[in-house]
Amino acid sequence: MQQSSYIIEVHNVSKHFGDKTVLDNINLNVKKGEFVTILGPSGCGKTTLLRLIAGFQTTSEGEIRIAGKEITQTPPHLRPVNTVFQKYALFPHLNVYDNIAFGLKLKKVAAPVIEKKVKAALKMVGMTDYEYRDVDSLSGGQQQRVAIARAIVNEPEVLLLDEPLAALDLKMRKDMQMELKEMHQKLGITFIYVTHDQEEALTLSDTIVVMSEGKIQQIGTPMDIYNEPINSFVADFIGESNILNGIMIHDKKVSFAGHEFECVDKGFGENVEVDVVIRPEDVYIFDPSDVAQLTGVVTSCIFKGVHYEIVVQTSEGYEIMVQDYHCFEAGRNVGLLVKPFDIHVMKKERSCNTFEGKVIDDSHVEFLGCSFEAPAAAGFESGEKVVVEVDFKDIILQDNEEDGELSGDVNFILYKGDHYHLTVVSDWGVDIFVDTNDVWDNGDCVGISILPESIRLKKLQEDAE
Amino acid sequence: MLNSLSRFFMRRKNWSIPYALFLIVFVVIPLLLIVFYAFTDEEGMFTFANFRKFMMHPEAMNTFIYSIGIAIITTLVCLLLGYPAAYILSHRSLNVSKTMVVLFILPMWVNILIRTLATVALFDFLKLPLGEGALVFGMVYNFLPFMIYPIYNTLQKMDYSLVEAAQDLGANPLKVFYKVILPLSMPGIVSGIVMVFMPTVSTFAIAELLTMNNIKLFGTTVQENIYNGMWNYGAALSLIMLLLIGIMSLFTNEEDNAQNESGGVI
Repeated sequence: MQQSSYIIEVHNVSKHFGDKTVLDNINLNVKKGEFVTILGPSGCGKTTLLRLIAGFQTTSEGEIRIAGKEITQTPPHLRPVNTVFQKYALFPHLNVYDNIAFGLKLKKVAAPVIEKKVKAALKMVGMTDYEYRDVDSLSGGQQQRVAIARAIVNEPEVLLLDEPLAALDLKMRKDMQMELKEMHQKLGITFIYVTHDQEEALTLSDTIVVMSEGKIQQIGTPMDIYNEPINSFVADFIGESNILNGIMIHDKKVSFAGHEFECVDKGFGENVEVDVVIRPEDVYIFDPSDVAQLTGVVTSCIFKGVHYEIVVQTSEGYEIMVQDYHCFEAGRNVGLLVKPFDIHVMKKERSCNTFEGKVIDDSHVEFLGCSFEAPAAAGFESGEKVVVEVDFKDIILQDNEEDGELSGDVNFILYKGDHYHLTVVSDWGVDIFVDTNDVWDNGDCVGISILPESIRLKKLQEDAE
Repeated sequence: MLNSLSRFFMRRKNWSIPYALFLIVFVVIPLLLIVFYAFTDEEGMFTFANFRKFMMHPEAMNTFIYSIGIAIITTLVCLLLGYPAAYILSHRSLNVSKTMVVLFILPMWVNILIRTLATVALFDFLKLPLGEGALVFGMVYNFLPFMIYPIYNTLQKMDYSLVEAAQDLGANPLKVFYKVILPLSMPGIVSGIVMVFMPTVSTFAIAELLTMNNIKLFGTTVQENIYNGMWNYGAALSLIMLLLIGIMSLFTNEEDNAQNESGGVI
């Protein structure tokens, strides 16, 4: 049998709830002793993944191994993992001592040993002398410490933490983060930590797994994730960033915001559409001078404690966010400069919407569950299956759901300097990508319509079937 | 004048006056009358004779003990039948709808006499003898919903992550049940016991109908004495029963406070 160096292996795991796919073909390997954070917005499937590892839910497809053993169907009480729950889940009918001793008593550990271990666990979480307190009399932070002690006292192979600090206030959360990190070093066990807080993930982890919509977007060290985000979702989710449309002219030369810039990326090809990410702290801001690559006017300047957050409208009409220790008042003319190393170029996932469609007659085509008027259908036979292409900017969103040919919900918003790039999920669950200058909110219900001229049709490739 | 009248109605406290009057006329005064009658003889003189009569009278004493015994058996049977029912109803994976809960509670809305007469008819139809067995059956049938509902309520409100936490710490399904679910449903069990035990001690209609008046319960004794004009003795017997119920509810209140859990009474 192949010996594996990983403590947890997740292979091709999918999870469906009814028609909804919560996890889509997840592959993840965790090394022994690692601190892995699963990071993503709410509803991305991160908690479900954790619950699959803990055994509270079973996978629809795929397998999970812990310490080399297949445990996909093993019930939770037989798995070598312990969980710290978001809402603590302490037993209200037991005191602190009995809560912590719960797991050891079940394993029929001798009473003196239990006492020693419980005391050690309490010391670990800084709660000595709280043994006989009622759990209801403890503060949120103290309850979470007891919950952590209750889990680590069993010396699991893996400790699973499901947003354990989400219910605590900021100051408490910061303290607990440090303590968790220390605890991880002392105990040497593997931590799998679920959070939606990117700062927490960057602070704590050895490895971050960024998830969105049931898929893993990127796995890497905090430095990798922050400095080399793999796509615009990761760039937007981790830290602040300016994300702009650009064109890779050739290796080490990229054009965006109306100018050409030197960069260090290569291998994209020539004249390829790309996304460009620039972190606000990497933009230099100063009074207009010859070295400025971009010039513009400050539109807002907000004091953020350590730095100022300055928004600059460039003369080409792009908004760039800049962080600087000095204040540049609104209305002031400034110059901006970005060093080649700080320009991060990412391949675009797509350059237009593509849907599967079917020609109805020589002026209509059916896709997204609706029939659209499309002059382009003339060259095709009715009933023929085609690929439909629509540019992002040609999708028209309407306030009123009834005004569109179909409707959908705004799901993800990305500001690209001079316009918004939206992901709209249609009622049949298909993602439609839209470029717009109008401001929409996440969760808005919108009507969607497409002008006949902007629908392009292509023959379906034979080999694609 | 009008002003002071409207001010009178504005004060929320004053709204309780009709109910307070009702309470005084139909609860407080009758209770005082019971106490008065219990401690007086037919001439209205103060006496302990009524209580002495109860102590000396083995038949009354036996009925009293027998009633409590029947009540305990009924409560136990209700608990044994009601807990699993409540557990199944509240269990999320069994996916039973609220309709099922209503079906379980439905008999509670039918008049107790109709239910009992139906039971008599059922026993007749099946040619089963009326008597002690029929009595317990009838009582359980009548009071089972009062056991199910409070238990269902506490189980329903219980945080499911506690069950997951117990599983996570290595408890198999059986241990999850008696180490977590059972202790946490105690408030519901206690309310259920109280709600079944108290009315069964004082019941008499069910006993009359289901035993062809062959078995006497304490409620029957009280009713017979009052009916036969022995008001003073009947009042003393009522007082004894009230005392029992009072002690019982005191005990459960303490239990509830100790659990520090807003109990399961509907």
